[in-house]
Amino acid sequence: MSTTSTSIFSAELVGPAIEQSFRKLDPRELIRNPVLFVTAVVALLLTILLALGGEGLSVGFQVQLVIWLWLTVLFGTFAEALAEGRGRAQASSLRAAKGDLTAKLVLPKDAGCEIVPAAKLQRGQVVLVETGDLIPADGEVVEGVASVNEAAITGESAPVIREAGGDRSAVTAGTRVISDAIKVRVTQEPGQGFLDRMIALVEGAERQKTPNEIALTILLVGLTIIFLIAVATIPSFAAYAHGSIPVSELAALLITLIPTTIAALLSAIGIAGMDRLVRFNVLAKSGRAVEAAGDVDVLLLDKTGTITIGDRHASEFRPLRGVGLDDLAEAALLASLADETPEGRSIVVLAQRDHAIETRALPEGAEIIPFTAQTRISGVRLEEALIQKGAVDAVLRANPTAAETAAATELRRITDEIARAGMTPLAVAKDGKLLGVIALKDVIKAGVRERFAELRRMGIRTVMITGDNPLTAASIAAEAGVDDFLAEATPEDKLALIRSEQQGGKLVAMCGDGTNDAPALAQADVGVAMNTGTQAAREAGNMVDLDSDPTKLIEVVGLGKQLLMTRGALTTFSVANDVAKYFAIIPAMFVTLYPGLGVLNIMGLASPRSAILSAIIFNALVIPCLVPLALKGVRYKPMGAGQLLARNLSIYGLGGLVAPFIGIKAIDLAVSALHLA
Amino acid sequence: MTIQGWAMIALFAAIVIGLARPVGAWLFALYEGRRTPLHAMLGPVERGFYRLAGIDPNKEQGWRAYALHMLLFQLAALLFTYAVLRLQDVLPLNPRHLPGVGSDGAFNTAISFTTNTNWQWYSGEAAMSNLSQMLALTLHNFLSAATGIAIAFALFRGFARQKAGSIGNFWADVTRITLYLLLPICLIYALFLIASGVPQTFAASIDAMTLEGAKQTIALGPVAGQEAIKMLGTNGGGFFNANSAHPFENPTALTDFVEIVSILAIGSGLTWCFAKAVGNTKQGWAILAAMMTLLIAGIAVTYWQEAAGNPILHHLGVPGGNMEGKEVRFGIAASALFSVVTTAASCGAVNAMHDSFTALGGMIPLFNIQLGEIVIGGVGAGIYGFLLFAILAVFVAGLMVGRTPEYVGKKIESREVKLAVLAIAVLPLCILGFSALAAVLPAGLAGPLNKGPHGFSEILYAFSSATGNNGSAFAGLSAGTPFYNGLLGAAMWIGRFFMIVPILAIAGSLAAKKYTPETAGSFPTTGLLWVGLLIGIILIFGGLTFLPSLALGPIADHLAMIHGQTF
Repeated sequence: MSTTSTSIFSAELVGPAIEQSFRKLDPRELIRNPVLFVTAVVALLLTILLALGGEGLSVGFQVQLVIWLWLTVLFGTFAEALAEGRGRAQASSLRAAKGDLTAKLVLPKDAGCEIVPAAKLQRGQVVLVETGDLIPADGEVVEGVASVNEAAITGESAPVIREAGGDRSAVTAGTRVISDAIKVRVTQEPGQGFLDRMIALVEGAERQKTPNEIALTILLVGLTIIFLIAVATIPSFAAYAHGSIPVSELAALLITLIPTTIAALLSAIGIAGMDRLVRFNVLAKSGRAVEAAGDVDVLLLDKTGTITIGDRHASEFRPLRGVGLDDLAEAALLASLADETPEGRSIVVLAQRDHAIETRALPEGAEIIPFTAQTRISGVRLEEALIQKGAVDAVLRANPTAAETAAATELRRITDEIARAGMTPLAVAKDGKLLGVIALKDVIKAGVRERFAELRRMGIRTVMITGDNPLTAASIAAEAGVDDFLAEATPEDKLALIRSEQQGGKLVAMCGDGTNDAPALAQADVGVAMNTGTQAAREAGNMVDLDSDPTKLIEVVGLGKQLLMTRGALTTFSVANDVAKYFAIIPAMFVTLYPGLGVLNIMGLASPRSAILSAIIFNALVIPCLVPLALKGVRYKPMGAGQLLARNLSIYGLGGLVAPFIGIKAIDLAVSALHLA
Repeated sequence: MTIQGWAMIALFAAIVIGLARPVGAWLFALYEGRRTPLHAMLGPVERGFYRLAGIDPNKEQGWRAYALHMLLFQLAALLFTYAVLRLQDVLPLNPRHLPGVGSDGAFNTAISFTTNTNWQWYSGEAAMSNLSQMLALTLHNFLSAATGIAIAFALFRGFARQKAGSIGNFWADVTRITLYLLLPICLIYALFLIASGVPQTFAASIDAMTLEGAKQTIALGPVAGQEAIKMLGTNGGGFFNANSAHPFENPTALTDFVEIVSILAIGSGLTWCFAKAVGNTKQGWAILAAMMTLLIAGIAVTYWQEAAGNPILHHLGVPGGNMEGKEVRFGIAASALFSVVTTAASCGAVNAMHDSFTALGGMIPLFNIQLGEIVIGGVGAGIYGFLLFAILAVFVAGLMVGRTPEYVGKKIESREVKLAVLAIAVLPLCILGFSALAAVLPAGLAGPLNKGPHGFSEILYAFSSATGNNGSAFAGLSAGTPFYNGLLGAAMWIGRFFMIVPILAIAGSLAAKKYTPETAGSFPTTGLLWVGLLIGIILIFGGLTFLPSLALGPIADHLAMIHGQTF
């Protein structure tokens, strides 16, 4: 994880956050956090009461109460401001990339270019970007090829190729063209570009409450109402006992009981969760997507790059009976010379090095047949012959006459042998005659087996997606330890698999880059688009990985879980805290009515006033103490839900019960030593 | 405390747990609308009712229709009961020539029986004619019990169904539960009671000659029939004022034990029925384990406190446990057991006077009610109330496993949380809110018999009992006034239906969701950890809400007692 480790309480963040925390006292903003709003109202009420006088309590005590109540509110707004500040710091580096861009707008009828500010660009307009220029807006390359440095958004300095057509046509505002020139059609509305939206999200300006956050807020409001009833009825109960309770004490009880701790930290947790993803170079388009990541049940992982080391290597030529090894090698070489994929190059290398085939270039007039996802065949048409190379079934389908011969039977046998050994067979045919098979070998990444075992313990199923035939896929799947595989996968198959998993109530995550991945990315509950992918793919997914590393899907799930766990842990802690606060305040409050109730003062707090003050101070101070936890998230290790629950319940549940007894007692000792009450 | 006492409690617990499966299996058949052996005989009766009322039992209802039909039915039954009570002087079967019931009294009683509360401000034998008892009150004993179970069924369907728009048919549920469950059991139960000495007669009274040679008139009536459903349906409204402490309601040690067991029989079975409905019996055992733990703990405290007795009396030379207000025939253990069970469920029948319990011994019944009577609980009401807490527990702690909270395969989201909180907030609102009114208004202050914290406990208990639809009284409160009749009536109505309607809404919302299969990453809702978590959440929620009131009532009372202070 590429974490820029800035200290949480660094001065350049804390200063503005303090200023912001006062601005956030604006009731219109504060009402978004109902519990803090109630706290502020109570604080205001006590401030007015203090000014009016006549509570019959010492002024010093009341002043302290009022101060701590206001501090409770301010700590809450500070936590949110600090989280936003951290997000903004992250965003500012992104924004610097954007700067004040200008664009060379291509005028119609070859009238040349006009320089306009990038902010004025409209969707559909075409701009020219030349060597050294920054790309002014998100768009699609419509003409030309260029190498682009996308370090501004990915941090990766190696340039990438962007060209018209195909899967590498999307360009992002703020990246720099370092060679050649391209024409780009703008695909964004002004101010709505990819970078703009990312910055807004990271800064928290466009933050919307996620479904789970809304539900939690409702619970907190419900608890507040219940405690409001519990506290508001006390005066009348006290009147029955011929006594009265000062308003300040009731206010103190109310504020300590309502869940101020989690309410104060709730939005900070959400912002920090998004922020952690950004530091990880993954941009979520919504907080909802991050939450969904925690719920994922099925991970669709592309074999190549995620499970195996990117590229397969040709390891062997297996000619059919009656075909010379060199004939096969030469045909394979010719079919692969134009194939720029690592696989294609490895075939060339194998033929030239191990079989001493001298051919270095395609003859004049050769016509290259490019690979498509539909035909799954590539090759070359020479003057004298047509050479095809591709998936075995695809080659057989393309040559129906050959498919009926004994050669086809032998081909299938060899194919099965290769596949069972976990290698990928590629059939080669020349003029409709089957020549033999190229065996491509996959190398499984180190450590993936352990990762998948880990995921299984967490209850997440892994499905390997591959274009390989079922036998090869099965062999690799078994070696890598995935739970299931989808072989010979077309984009349609992927979409169908996602739908059927979702039908069974599962949440599915996948990553993809091509335009043909877009429907599946959109259908998946968590769709991580690679930044190198097409604009369509990036629009369809709900997350974008700036590093274009498909392995990250696993970490994204972890980050989603961590966000939810942090919320749950702090809620549990907050609720469990109330028990100790009761034992501080109830005896203090009622001891004048029934002196016997003093036995409930099990902490042995010095005096009723000191008890109340200590509880309210603890209630306020616990917020800043928990800010680091809220921003960093609780420690997350992959394990089964039962273990996780036992672990977190003992830390945050039991801890939440015990910690305030210790904390309040300690504060009480300090308060009485300093004669504050 | 004695070995015999604990042995009885242990036997009782074993029987309640043992009943879960057989009763639950029967309930599950009714839940699914399957044929039972009784259908051969009662099937035509069931179909006859549907034809008579023009109801298609297979027509499924959405939660709104289910709730609406349920409410209309309750309202109609309420008005009918009100009319019978007001007019009992001109209606037949009134051998004691009792006058019609007053308007506030009839209002209170009609609500009380409609809501399965059976709060009785009156003495049954001195205020209700036989017709009122049999037609107006016993009718409700059946229907309110059946309604409670029907609501539980509807909620179960919410958990069990997926992408469904309906949660069953209210009329079919109520008819089947009454016909195939409550009536057959009560028939056998009543015969057992008659055989044990409980009267079932239209005679008004019997004259007895006491040892001193005085003539005593003892009221009689159709007691056994009412007694059976009073216990089985967790209604609790006695034929006599003394309720199950009266020899004609509860003549022997055996009837006493059977009555206690019958309070929890259906509630225990419903945990199994729920588990079958959601397809995992472990879920049911987990719920029952949490319930039994709370139950046994409550019994232990009350038994301990009652057996320990009152130190003030010890100083006066009266040793031993607290026998004030207890039947000598039953003694301390059976009285403590009865009191905790009757309040754990929303029954409210008593075989001893809770007002006379020691402060802490009486606090357990009070706290049981305040928790919402979810410790096994009233028929239907217990399990649906408990499931509300399960939803909250899952929501609070469920996030800690890093997933959106789920319970038995259903995601718990903002709508469920909102409705669950709404339903649970009814308890503090009515119990604390109305008690606060009564504690300051002169009309309220006129009620309690005792001074000091005990008097406050009496008020608190009354509103807890009404809101929780329990119906037991701490006695000592003169509740037959327009003020208390009106306010307690309101508490009963709100406590019942302001809880049921959100629960049906939850059922509707859950039924529409798809089912999320359980994986190793799912929040575990079986096993000890979950049981402990449930108990913790229930105690923390209940405790935090009601601790201030309990501190000023029973706890202050108890502390005064051990310090020898009287009021």
